[in-house]
Amino acid sequence: MKLSRKSVLLGTAAFALMATQAMAEQRTLKYYADFDPAPLAAFEAAIAEFEAANPDIDVVLQNFDHEGYKTAIRNFLSADSPDLANWYAGNRMAPFVNSGQFMDVSDVWTDNNLGETLASAKGSMTIDGKQWGVPYTYYQWGIYYNKDAYKQAGVEVPTTWAQFIDNCAKFKAAGIDCVTTGTKALWPGAGIFDYMNLRTNGYDFHMDLTAGKVAWTDDKVKNTFAEWAKLVEPGYVTANHAALDWQDAASLLIQGKAANYVMGNFAVAVFKDGGMTNDTLGFMQFPEITPGLARGEEAPTDTIHIPSGAKNVDDAKKFLAFIATADVQTKLNEALGQLPINNQSKVGDDPFLQAGFKMLSTADGGIAQFFDRDAPAEMAKVGMEGFQEFMVKPENVDKILERLEKARQRIYK
Amino acid sequence: MTGSATTAIAGTRTQRPGIWKRNQRALAPWLFLAPGIAMFALYVIYPIVASMWLSFYDWDGLGAKTWLGLENYVELFDDDAFYTSLYNNIIWLVLYMLAVPAGLFVALFLNQTVTGIRIYKSLFFFPFVISQVVVGLIFSWFYAPNFGLFYNLIEWLTGTGVAVLADDRYVTYGIIAAGLWPQIAYCMILYLTGLNNVAPDQIEAARLDGAKGWKMLWHIILPQLRPATFIAVVVTVIGALRSFDLVSIMTDGGPYGSSRVLSFYMFEQALSEYGFRMGYGAAIAVILFAIMMVFISGFIWKMVRDERGL
Repeated sequence: MKLSRKSVLLGTAAFALMATQAMAEQRTLKYYADFDPAPLAAFEAAIAEFEAANPDIDVVLQNFDHEGYKTAIRNFLSADSPDLANWYAGNRMAPFVNSGQFMDVSDVWTDNNLGETLASAKGSMTIDGKQWGVPYTYYQWGIYYNKDAYKQAGVEVPTTWAQFIDNCAKFKAAGIDCVTTGTKALWPGAGIFDYMNLRTNGYDFHMDLTAGKVAWTDDKVKNTFAEWAKLVEPGYVTANHAALDWQDAASLLIQGKAANYVMGNFAVAVFKDGGMTNDTLGFMQFPEITPGLARGEEAPTDTIHIPSGAKNVDDAKKFLAFIATADVQTKLNEALGQLPINNQSKVGDDPFLQAGFKMLSTADGGIAQFFDRDAPAEMAKVGMEGFQEFMVKPENVDKILERLEKARQRIYK
Repeated sequence: MTGSATTAIAGTRTQRPGIWKRNQRALAPWLFLAPGIAMFALYVIYPIVASMWLSFYDWDGLGAKTWLGLENYVELFDDDAFYTSLYNNIIWLVLYMLAVPAGLFVALFLNQTVTGIRIYKSLFFFPFVISQVVVGLIFSWFYAPNFGLFYNLIEWLTGTGVAVLADDRYVTYGIIAAGLWPQIAYCMILYLTGLNNVAPDQIEAARLDGAKGWKMLWHIILPQLRPATFIAVVVTVIGALRSFDLVSIMTDGGPYGSSRVLSFYMFEQALSEYGFRMGYGAAIAVILFAIMMVFISGFIWKMVRDERGL
C-alpha cells in the first residue's frame, strides 16, 4: 500500500518532469496567412504533417480575410511580426524586400536544391540576386471558351490572332460576344493587356515595360494597342464591361451569350458551379500574334516569406524547406486545384490543370506574374484604369498612353 | 467649512486667500472645459496639423519619410485625376442641394392629419435609416446592365439600355441620385419637426388677410422654418463634401476614375491596395479641408451673428 502510493507519486513526478521538458522544447512558429476556406483546409493538413515530422514545433496559424490581409500585413510586419507570412512573387514583394521587412532566404534555396526543383519560379522570387521567399502554387491564365457557342457560330478554335478576329466577326453575326470581361474591379482587363503585349512584343519587352525601363509611348506599345483595337473597335468585347464584376461576365459565358474569356484558372470553379462541364468548357492558350516570338505565359505565384522580425527563424526555414518539397506541393495543389511549382510534383487529373501544366512547362519565353504584381502598385492602378478606358473608348489611346508615360516617369525614379 | 477655524488661528492669512480662491471664477470654466479640450486637441486639432505636416513628405507608411516641400501640391495641381475629383465634388455640392427643397415639399405634403399619416411619414423616412452601403448596393442593382430595373426601363423606352455606372458621362449623376434618396428623407424629417412649431395664430392672421398657396408658403411658413433650413443646408453641404461610401460601393471610383471625389481619391492614394502614398493623400486631404473650411467658417459666422441677435 505504502509502496504503491510512493510509486504513484514518483510516476506523477516523472510524468510532470517529462511534460515540462516537452513543453520547454516545444517551439511555436507563428504563421499569418490569407487563405480561402478550401486552401485553408489543405494547409492545415500540411501543417499537421509538418508537426508530426517535427514534434517539437507547434505551428500557430492565424488566418486573415483575403482583402484585409493586404492592408494588415503592412501593420503586422513592423509592429508584431510573425515567423512566416503569405505574400506574392514579383514586384509585389519588392516594397517589403527593399524596406528590409522580408528576410533573405537564399540559404534555404541552396541547401535544398530549390534552384533546380522550383526553377520556373526562381526568377520571380529573386531580387538583387537573392531569394526572398518560397513559392508553393501558381495557376495559368489563358482563354476559357464555351464549346457550344463555337458550335452555334460554326467556327473552329483558332491558333492565330487573325483567325481569332475572323471568328469574332462570325460570333457578332450570331449575336454572341466574342470576348467577355468584367472590369469593374479593373484587374480582369490587365489580363487581356498582358497577353496582348506578351504576344505582340514578347516576354522580355513586357518585363521591361512593367519594370519601367521602356516608355509607354514607345512604338512597340502602340503596336500592342493597335492589335487590341482590332478586338475593341468593332465591338467584339462585351458592352458595359466597366459595370460588371468578373463573375457577372463568367455567367455570360456560362449562358452562351459570350464565347471567350481571358481569365485565370480559378474561374473554372465558377464556370462549373454555373453548370458547365468538361464537355462544354474549353481552354486554349492565347493565340499567336507576332509569329516566331518565344512564348511567354502568365502564371501568378503565391509565396511564403520570413519577416525580418521573426523570432523563430530556424524553424521557419525548416517549414519553408518542407513546403517546397515535391510531395507536399502535390498534395497542397491537389486540394487547391492549382499547379505545383516543384517540377517533381504530380499534377491533378483535371484537364484544365493538365493543359495549364503543359502550357507553362513548355513556355520558352518566360512566366509573367500578372500586371499588378509585375508593375509597382501605383503603376498597376494607373495602368489598369488606362486599359479599362481603352476598352470603352479606344479612340483615346494616345491620351491614355501619354498619361501612363507621365505616371511612369513619376513612379520609377 | 474649516475656514473659520483657520482664520481664528492664523489671522493674517485671511487677507491673502490661496491662488485657487482668488482665481476660482477665472479657472473653473477652464477646468470644466479641460476634458473636452483635451479630446478635441487629441482627436481633431492634432490630426489636422499632422496631415498638413505629412503632406510635405513622401512616405509609404512603412519606410523612412522624405521631405518634399511643396512637391506633392505641385504634382496635385498637374494631376488630371485631381481635377476630375474636384469637378465631381462641385457637381455633388450643387445637385445635393436639391435635397433641401425636395425634403421641404415632401414634408409639406406629409404635414396633414389623415388616418395612418404616421405610417406614411415613417415610410418616407425609411431610406435614411438604411445604411449607405445598402443604398449603394440597391442602386447599383437598379442601374445594372442586363437585369437592372432602370436599365430595362430605358431599353424599353429607347431601344438601347444605358449602363449608368459604366458610362463616364452619367456615372456621377447616377451616384448623386442614389445619395439624394436618403438625404431627401433627412431634410424631410428636419422640416417636419420645423412645421410642428409653426405658429397657428400667424397662419390664421395671414389667412384673414387673404394669403394663400405660394404667398402663404413664401411669406409666412418659410421664414418660420429658417432654423430648419439652416440645419438642412449644413448637413447637406457636409454630406456632399464627404461623399465617400456611395462612390466606393457603387463604382470604386470607376469607370477609369471618372466618378472619383476628393475624399475617395484621398483614400485611394493613401490607403487602398494600390496606394500607400501617405504624403500625397494628406495633400488631397488638406485641399478638401480648405474647401470645407470655407463653408464651415460661413456657417459659424452666421451662427455667431444669430446668437448676438444681429
